Amino acid sequence: MECRADFSQWFDLPWQDKAIGLENFDSIKLIDCGSFGINVTIFNSWLVIALITLVSWLVTRRISTGKNVSKMQIVLETLVTWMQNEAKETSGSGNRKYFSMALGLFCFIVTANLLTFIPWFRPPTASLSTTMALALIVFMAIPYFSIKNAGIKGYLKKFIEPVPLLLPMNIFSEVFSVFAMGLRLFGNMLSGVMFAGILSAFIPFIAPLTMQTLGLLTGSIQAYIFALLALVYTSSVKKEEELSIT
Amino acid sequence: MDSYTIIGAVSVLGACLCMGIGSIGSALGEGQAAAAALTAMAQQPDEAGRIRSTMFVTLAMVETTALYALLIAFLTLYANPFWNYAVNQ
Repeated sequence: MECRADFSQWFDLPWQDKAIGLENFDSIKLIDCGSFGINVTIFNSWLVIALITLVSWLVTRRISTGKNVSKMQIVLETLVTWMQNEAKETSGSGNRKYFSMALGLFCFIVTANLLTFIPWFRPPTASLSTTMALALIVFMAIPYFSIKNAGIKGYLKKFIEPVPLLLPMNIFSEVFSVFAMGLRLFGNMLSGVMFAGILSAFIPFIAPLTMQTLGLLTGSIQAYIFALLALVYTSSVKKEEELSIT
Repeated sequence: MDSYTIIGAVSVLGACLCMGIGSIGSALGEGQAAAAALTAMAQQPDEAGRIRSTMFVTLAMVETTALYALLIAFLTLYANPFWNYAVNQ
């Protein structure tokens, strides 16, 4: 099997594509080995993961509790505390076990979305495969946390509430609410990229800048919403005594 | 008219109609949400920060409906299964 690597495609600007299509981000292969290949989406998600890992490693390497706290440590601590409070507010009880997954999702999505300020960077979240993978994580986490919280009986009880007649609707809403999370993120990011692309074809200067600034705002809000919805869905099934506290 | 012409014309028309009709409800909803948030902010300026962040989240949720329409429009324009079927024939 013969492989060829062509990393110059990474530097193609997104709006210079001949045809802007839905599958374009996934069809740009940096390393092509016939049926197997590394496309720009996978490569960019690796970049994002490497960036998050590098920053976290650099900051936590010299972590301190004294008076000489580095600025980046304060930033990360603020992030963690903020997400802990969100988890506390969402789940209603003082339970903070949901927050690590939500914080991980938030960090990945927000980094991927904010890196769009680099003109060549195609955000991995603008590809349906990435967002659906993230949504699948949440989909798998819902039964895990629910069974851990309320037992398998409590989890299955959710499907026949309020009446057993609604069982198909409950299953449908369970699947589609998570499916919609992935679609929402994908639609927002793709529309941001494509709108900036179409606008820069007409007015190449200044005008796309405003849309891209709006895109940064949308990107952070979408990351927040994704994390928040993941929290809401994973903490939706609780024990009876936990419910009474709320 | 061969099948290419019909499929192409209907796809473009369908995408335009999809965006146009699909975004009406979302636009009205977003306007109402923003208006309500502005009223609340004017009445309680102390809570403005919290109301604003909640408003952004709500707006993004409401916007989803229009984004579904956008996705369908993209699908009909760029990833139309009937178009590929006509090409392969």
